[in-house]
Amino acid sequence: MNFTFTEDQLMFHDSVKSFLTNEVTPEKIRELWESDTGRSSELWTQLAELGLTAMTVPEAFGGLGMNELDFVLLAEECGYTALPEALVETVMVAVPLISSLGDEQAEFKETWLSRIATGEARVAVGHPDNPLVPDAHVADLLILANGDEVHALSQAQVQLTENPSVDPSRKLFAVEWTPSTETLISGAGIADGTAGKQLWQDALDRGALAVAAQQLGLARKMVDLSVDYTFERKQFGKPIGSFQAVKHLMSNVAVQIEFAKSPLYKAAYSVAYGLNSRAKDVSHARLVTTDAAMLGAKNGIQSHGAMGYTWEVDLQIFMKRAWSLASSYGTQGFHKQRIKQFILADEAQLGAGSTFA
Amino acid sequence: MDLSYTDSQNAFRHEVRNWLAQNVPAQPLQSFDTEEGFRQHREWEAQLNDGRWGMVTWPEALGGRGCDLIEWLIFEEEYYRSGAPARVNQNGIFLLGPTLMEFGTEEQKARFLPKMATGEEVWAQGWSEPGAGSDMAAIRSKAERVGDHYVINGQKTWSTRAVWADWTFGIFRTDPESSRHKGLTFILVPLDAEGVTVRPIPQLDGLPGFAEIFFDNVKVPVENVLGGEGMGWHVAMSTAGFERGLMLRSPARFQETARRLVELYKANRDVADIDPAVGDAVMKAWMDAEAYTLNTYMTASRLVQGGKIGPESSTNKIFWSELDQKMHETAMSILGARAELWPHAPAAGEVGKWLDGFLFSQAGPIYAGTNEIQRNIIAERMLGMPRA
Repeated sequence: MNFTFTEDQLMFHDSVKSFLTNEVTPEKIRELWESDTGRSSELWTQLAELGLTAMTVPEAFGGLGMNELDFVLLAEECGYTALPEALVETVMVAVPLISSLGDEQAEFKETWLSRIATGEARVAVGHPDNPLVPDAHVADLLILANGDEVHALSQAQVQLTENPSVDPSRKLFAVEWTPSTETLISGAGIADGTAGKQLWQDALDRGALAVAAQQLGLARKMVDLSVDYTFERKQFGKPIGSFQAVKHLMSNVAVQIEFAKSPLYKAAYSVAYGLNSRAKDVSHARLVTTDAAMLGAKNGIQSHGAMGYTWEVDLQIFMKRAWSLASSYGTQGFHKQRIKQFILADEAQLGAGSTFA
Repeated sequence: MDLSYTDSQNAFRHEVRNWLAQNVPAQPLQSFDTEEGFRQHREWEAQLNDGRWGMVTWPEALGGRGCDLIEWLIFEEEYYRSGAPARVNQNGIFLLGPTLMEFGTEEQKARFLPKMATGEEVWAQGWSEPGAGSDMAAIRSKAERVGDHYVINGQKTWSTRAVWADWTFGIFRTDPESSRHKGLTFILVPLDAEGVTVRPIPQLDGLPGFAEIFFDNVKVPVENVLGGEGMGWHVAMSTAGFERGLMLRSPARFQETARRLVELYKANRDVADIDPAVGDAVMKAWMDAEAYTLNTYMTASRLVQGGKIGPESSTNKIFWSELDQKMHETAMSILGARAELWPHAPAAGEVGKWLDGFLFSQAGPIYAGTNEIQRNIIAERMLGMPRA
């Protein structure tokens, strides 16, 4: 029993954190809001050079062969900096999904995974539980659902309609396309129908874990920004942060953040090692991290006062990301249902000593 | 990261489980806030100590097993799972014990720890005074140095377990010219000393779970000072740190409450007038008890690896006390009109101990530093917000 990260994991985290802090600034994010795609191929190349796009790609396909536990702290920092690029989804959802395809897809896997690892290709995932596909416009490969089937399409095979999100960094698209046996990468003829279903189920857990990690980072960022503001802003001749009512707004978020960390890391562990408890663990992490981010946004804007309601103040970047991710890869309601099902089941093992059983 | 138990950890769990299965009294003991119940609980402490289960993290020389914190968590899980009696000497073993090990002289450790472990000497805490609650540095009780003794005058209050306890520990003002955090000294005082008067204070359940302690020219030898004269605040903060931190409320306790709450909900969920919000509250209770457990394992793992408890431990006390309150509120809501009944009421049915727990949960956000004070600490020490 050792619930800590390794030195290597922590060191990699530190270096990626400093890269993101320096490169993915609020100024950079606002600059991208004004660009055509909202995405930066230069930034993507930098992320690839750091090895990030290759992290979960198996070594056989030129990747680093790492897992969700190795990436979870980095995903948290992607949230902390509100990275607009779809790195977390690529590493935690798209790559594992492609890697899980049957051996019949060896050539497909080889082609795409190696290109994703080097940063040459970008991939978007249209999970059946998400109504729209994020980052479809910059994707060289789109993984889409037709019922339980998994299909792979190129940019030329789809028609995209943009749906603007409250978060100017989120790029969401309705995708029109026609499924065919040529596009099918799971299901009949390749694997059986349940294979597709399983792939989407696993992708949902991984997607929810990816959201959870980002929400925790976002919550931390909103507290940090708000605490800074409570030093700057003075009323009654004092920084507003010296007032107990304002302190407690922040402390309440800090408590939620503190008790969202361990469920997140446990969920990453469960997904990485394929534990039977992973669905429940992921839902737990997803619920509490999202709650922390929602409270971070609410108490963050409150401590900023009217400034928090402006376009000018950077808090909006993080609030809007938190709001927009709140129902991605399963609504809070969906994840609550999964927890309820688990605890109310006749065979449920609850109580002291059951946590790691 | 490896979230599975080692073979030796599993074997340890097995050993704890077996011993408890053979030794936990079949009939629940009376409340330790009654004279008879206190005696029963003292006997239980002696029995635990005989099996070397009194304080598993203590060194073997002191009757412990030298367990690390992960083993301690396993022990606590089995302890709560077995329904074993509450620890009457928790102020001693969980709060003063670790402080003695940190600040005590060899003589003090030899004098106090073994008898603490056997329950022969049960400890009460003496922090608060009528004018010093959340503002603990406003302490006025005085200890005046006269030769090789201190002469103590003043009053402590809300002293948990003081009615039948043998000793109390607390901080007293040794420098009459001092104010606030300075000039305070941590002193151990026998409650049977001449000049000590203990006046019981009945709690919400009618039982004297705490007391006022009056000191009227009480003579205490200088050997009873812990950590040196004038160091009282420093030593007390360390005790308070343990209290807020890991030891006082192990997660197993809340996991068992959450489990019982799920059972209560399952048995009553089809009742027509059940509040629909209850289902969500039960789910949240389970998640939070689980999160508290995971968080404690994470902290324990870090400490086992040589890390330290940081200011983030102030979040613990808020989290478990509010969780405990919410769980009991939810149980009361499920029990409906029966919730107000004591278990011995003829119409009570299977209400169990929920009312007791509900009443006790009301104290959680107040004792061991109110949650408002905890929130200030989090804001100032963890988040670095400006002081008032």
